[in-house]
Amino acid sequence: MQIAHDILLRSYRSMRTIRDFEERLHVEFATGDIPGFVHLYCGEEASAVGVCAHLSNTDTIASTHRGHGHCIAKGVGVDGMMAEIYGRKTGVCHGKGGSMHIADLSLGMLGANGIVGGGPPLICGAALSHKVLKDGGVAVAFYGDGASNEGTTLESLNLAMVWQLPAVFVCEDNGYGEATGASYACAGTQKARAAGFGMPYFDCDGTDFFAVHEAAGQAIAHARAGHGPVMLHVHLARWYGHFEGDAMTYRANGEAARERAEHDCLQNFRKHVTETSLLDLSALDDIDTSVKDEIEAAVKAAKNAPLPEPADLQADVYVSY
Amino acid sequence: MTDLITPITMPKFGLAMTEGKITSWNIPSGAHVEAGQEIADIETTKITNGYESPASGTLRRRIATEGETLPVGALLGVLAEPAVSDADIDAFIAKFQADFSSGSTADTQADHAEPIMVSVGDLTLRVQEAGQGDATPVLFIHGFGGDLGNWMLNQNALSTDRRTITFDLPGHGGSSKNVGDGTPAGFAATTAALLDKLAITSVHVVAHSLGGAIALDLARTCPQKVASLSLIAPAGLGQGINMDFIEGFISADRRKTLEPVLNYLVHDKTLISRQMVEDIIRFKRLDGAIQGLQTIAKACFPHGRQAEDLRPVLVSFSGPAQIIWGEADEVLSPDDAKNLPDTIPVTLLPLTGHMPQLEKAADVNAALIKFVK
Amino acid sequence: MSKKSFRQAINEALRQEMQRDPRVILMGEDIAGGQGGSAGIVDAWGGVLGVTKGLYTEFGPERVFDTPISEASYIGAAVGAAATGLRPVAELMFVDFVGSCLDQIMNQAAKFRYMFGGKARTPLVIRAMYGAGFNAAAQHSQALYPLFTHIPGLKVVVPSSPYEAKGLLIEAIRDDDPVIFLENKVMYDDEEEVPDEPYSIPFGEANLTREGDDVTIVAFGRMVNFANEAADRLEKDGISCTVIDPRTTSPLDSATILECVEDTGRLVIVDESSPRCNMATDVAALVAEQAFDALKAPIRQVVPPHTPVPFATVLEKLYLPDAARIESAVRSVMAYKKTKQDA
Repeated sequence: MQIAHDILLRSYRSMRTIRDFEERLHVEFATGDIPGFVHLYCGEEASAVGVCAHLSNTDTIASTHRGHGHCIAKGVGVDGMMAEIYGRKTGVCHGKGGSMHIADLSLGMLGANGIVGGGPPLICGAALSHKVLKDGGVAVAFYGDGASNEGTTLESLNLAMVWQLPAVFVCEDNGYGEATGASYACAGTQKARAAGFGMPYFDCDGTDFFAVHEAAGQAIAHARAGHGPVMLHVHLARWYGHFEGDAMTYRANGEAARERAEHDCLQNFRKHVTETSLLDLSALDDIDTSVKDEIEAAVKAAKNAPLPEPADLQADVYVSY
Repeated sequence: MTDLITPITMPKFGLAMTEGKITSWNIPSGAHVEAGQEIADIETTKITNGYESPASGTLRRRIATEGETLPVGALLGVLAEPAVSDADIDAFIAKFQADFSSGSTADTQADHAEPIMVSVGDLTLRVQEAGQGDATPVLFIHGFGGDLGNWMLNQNALSTDRRTITFDLPGHGGSSKNVGDGTPAGFAATTAALLDKLAITSVHVVAHSLGGAIALDLARTCPQKVASLSLIAPAGLGQGINMDFIEGFISADRRKTLEPVLNYLVHDKTLISRQMVEDIIRFKRLDGAIQGLQTIAKACFPHGRQAEDLRPVLVSFSGPAQIIWGEADEVLSPDDAKNLPDTIPVTLLPLTGHMPQLEKAADVNAALIKFVK
Repeated sequence: MSKKSFRQAINEALRQEMQRDPRVILMGEDIAGGQGGSAGIVDAWGGVLGVTKGLYTEFGPERVFDTPISEASYIGAAVGAAATGLRPVAELMFVDFVGSCLDQIMNQAAKFRYMFGGKARTPLVIRAMYGAGFNAAAQHSQALYPLFTHIPGLKVVVPSSPYEAKGLLIEAIRDDDPVIFLENKVMYDDEEEVPDEPYSIPFGEANLTREGDDVTIVAFGRMVNFANEAADRLEKDGISCTVIDPRTTSPLDSATILECVEDTGRLVIVDESSPRCNMATDVAALVAEQAFDALKAPIRQVVPPHTPVPFATVLEKLYLPDAARIESAVRSVMAYKKTKQDA
C-alpha cells in the first residue's frame, strides 16, 4: 500500500513524540516529581501510530493503563498530557485522572484505563453508537496479552460478533502481563481465540510501522465496511518495566536492551524510508528537533502550571446532582 | 314509617369521587337540623367540604364515626322525627345496609363516566360530560392553571335537566400541552371548535377567572353560541392581577413552595388539601405543562398587568350576563366588577376567595341554576 | 390517566422516551427474547417478567438489543455507548448479577466524568430487579441499593409505586449521569393511576406520603407501602406519622429528612437491604450528627437480619420488614422515656 507523504511525516512525528515523551517521563519519574505510577509505551510506538493512521476524530479508541502512546497517536496534545501526569490544573483532565486516565472524548479517545480488560466492553458500546448513529465510524480496543485473558475481553469478542459491530480488537502482545510471561498465562493462541468466535484475524510485526499500517488498514476496512469485528494481533516488546521502578528481574539479562537495539520502530522507519527513497532523512531530523523542543516545553510548562484548587475536589462528580 | 325517615348518605363531590372520609360531625346526635344546614365535614382526596342536610328533622343516629372512610352512597346517619320509634329506625338501617352491600342502592347514574378525549384540530381535549335533557346545555371554562375538576361541586348541580360540559383548556389537565399563542382569543377559538365538534349550537357559559376572558372572547367572536354568561371572578374587566400567584404557580415545584401560592385562591386556607397540592405538582411535571403556563402568562399578563380589556364586550353582550365574585379574592379584585350596567347583576360573596365555586358551592350553584332556568 | 401496573408504567416510560429521542436504545438479556430460537418468534418474552414486552416489535432490532448472557460485555457496552452519543437503558435482570459487571459500573461509568476532568457525559440507565418476597433465595433477592449509593458518580433510584416509577424512569433516561434504577420485583403488579402523558419527577426530592406530628418514618422502595400501612393503623390510635419516601438514595434529600425529624423528634427507618452500612445506618448517622438535639427517643431501624435472603417462605417472611414491625418500632419510640434527665 502506498502511504501518502503527509501521513508518513505525521506518523513519524507521532512515533517520535511518543518515544521522547516516554523517555522523558522515565527520567523525570526517577527525580520523584511525578506522583503516582506510570506505565511506559517505549518500543510499542508503531502499533498505536500504525493503527491510528487509519482513524479520524469520528472513530473511537479505548486504551489501557499503558496509554500515553495511544493518546498521542489519536491526537491528544502533549502539553495537556504532561500537565496531567504532573497532577496540574492545566492537565487534560484537570489533574484528576493522572497517567492512567487520560481521555479526550472530542477526539474519540475514550480514555486510558486503569482496569485490565476495561476497554473492550466499552469499545463494543462505542461501536454500537457508530452503528446506530450511522456515522461511519469504527471503534478500536487496544488491549494487552494480559487483558486477553480477562472475561471482559472474551465476552466482548463474542458480543461484537453477535451484534456484528464495527469493532477492531487490537491485541498488543508484548509478551508480559505485569511480571508474568504470556507463554505461561495465555493458553492456546490469539489466532485460535479469534477463530473460536468466527472472527477474522490479522497479525503483524509491531516494531515495523509499515507492517502495522498494512495489517491495520485491512482490519479496519473490514470493520468499517460493515462486515463485523476483527482481531489485529500486534507482536511487540516493551522496553521498560510494567511500571516505572520495576527492576524487571523476571526478564533475562539483555532482553530489553536487545529489543531496543534490534527492533526499534523509529530506526526501522528511518531505514525503510531511505531505502525506498520515500522521505529525506533531513525532514525526519527536523521533526526530531521540533519534538525535542515540544517535550522540553511541555515539561517546563507542566512543572510551572498551577495545582488544582480545593474547590476542584468536589467538582465534576456529576453533570448535575 | 320509612317515608318519615331520611337517610344521610356519603355525597358525591365531583364525578371522580368514589369514597369520602367523615372528618367531623357538626351536629350532636338527637339535635334538630334544618334542611341545608351543614351537618358534617366530608373529606375527599380532592377537597374537604361541608355536607348540607338534605331535609329537616332530628339527627337520630350517627352511623359513621369521625375519621371513617366510606364509599359514595354509604349510610352516614339517619334523620327522622321524634315520633319514629327506635325499632323502626333500626329496621330501616338494617334494610339500608343489606341493600347497600348487595348493590341495589348503588349509584347507577351515568355520571361515573370517565372523561373522554376529543380531537379538536391538532389538539386533544379532555372533556367531561354529564346530564341530559332538552334545556340549553351549560359549558364550564376554568381559569389559569385549573382543570375540569374545578367544577366538581357544580357540574352535577346543573346536570339535572340538561347536558353539561366541563373540559381542560389546552395546556391544562389531561389536554394537549400546546397552548398556541396563549391568548384568551386563541382559547376562545378552540372552545368554539369544541362546541362544533360536540354538535352544540348554543350554551350557557359559566367561566372562572382567565376562563372569564375566554368566555368574553367567545361572546365577541361567536355571539350566537353564547346563550348567557356567568362570570366568576373573571379576568378581562380590569388591569390588576396578583403576579405572585401567577409566577409562584409556575415556578413552585414542591409542596412546601406551592401551598402558600395556592393559599391565594381561597379565603378558608384549610380548603387547600394535600391532594390538591399534589395534583397540581403532578400536572406541572407533565412534559410541556410549565412551558404552556409560561406562554399563557406572557400573553395574558405581560408586565404584570392584564393585556386585554374585554369590558366593552361584556357591556355590549346582548344576552343575559351575571358576575359572581368573592369579596376576599386575592388574585383578581372584585372592584373590577364596579361600574357595569345595572342589567348585569353582581353577586359578591363575603369571606370568599378567588374560587367561589369551590368555597361557596351552594351559593354559586343557586345563582347559576336561577340564571340558566 | 388510567390505572397502570408498575410493570406497565415502566414499559410506558421506556416507550415514550424511545419515541421522543432516537438516541434511546435498550439492551439486556431476553428483553425481547426468542432470537435464534427454533420457533422464529422474537419478542417472545419481553423481559424475564415481561416489562419490556412489545418494545422490540415497535422499535425493531436497531433500537432493542437482546444480549448474550454476558453481563460484563453488555453493561460495559452500554457504558461505552453512553459515552459516545447514545442514551442506553440496559437491563441487568436481577441486581444480584452485578457481581458479573461491577467493574463496568463502579470503575467505568461512575468514574468517567470526574476522572476525565468533567469532560465526559455518561447518560446511562441500568434497570434491575431487586428485593425479597419471591422465594428467589440468596442470589436473586438482594436489595443492593446501598452498594451503588456508596459509589460517587452514580445516581440511585428506588421507586415506590407505579406513578413514581414512570416519572423517575423518564427523569433517569433524560439525566446525563449514570443512573441505577431498581425495581422491586414483588411490585410489578401493583396498580395505581398513572398519567398517559410523559412526565418526570426530579431526583433528590423526597416525597412525603403521610404528614404527621409524632414520628418520622423514612422508608425506601417497597417499604414505603409498608410504612404507609403502619402509619394508617397508628393514626387510628392517635399516633400521627410522617412517611418519607426519599425516591433516590443518591442524591439523598437529607434536608427534608432533617426538617421532618426536627418537627417530630422521633425517627424510624425502614430499609430492606442488609443492615450493615445500608441506607438505615446512613440516615441514622445523618440525623444523629445533624439533628441530635431534636431527638426525643433513640432512632429505630427496621431492617432484615445480617444474613443472606433465605428461600423457605417461613424464613423469608421473618427476614423482611413489614407493617407490623414498623408499627411496633413506632410504638416503641413513642413509649420511650428518658431515664436520665439532662442536668
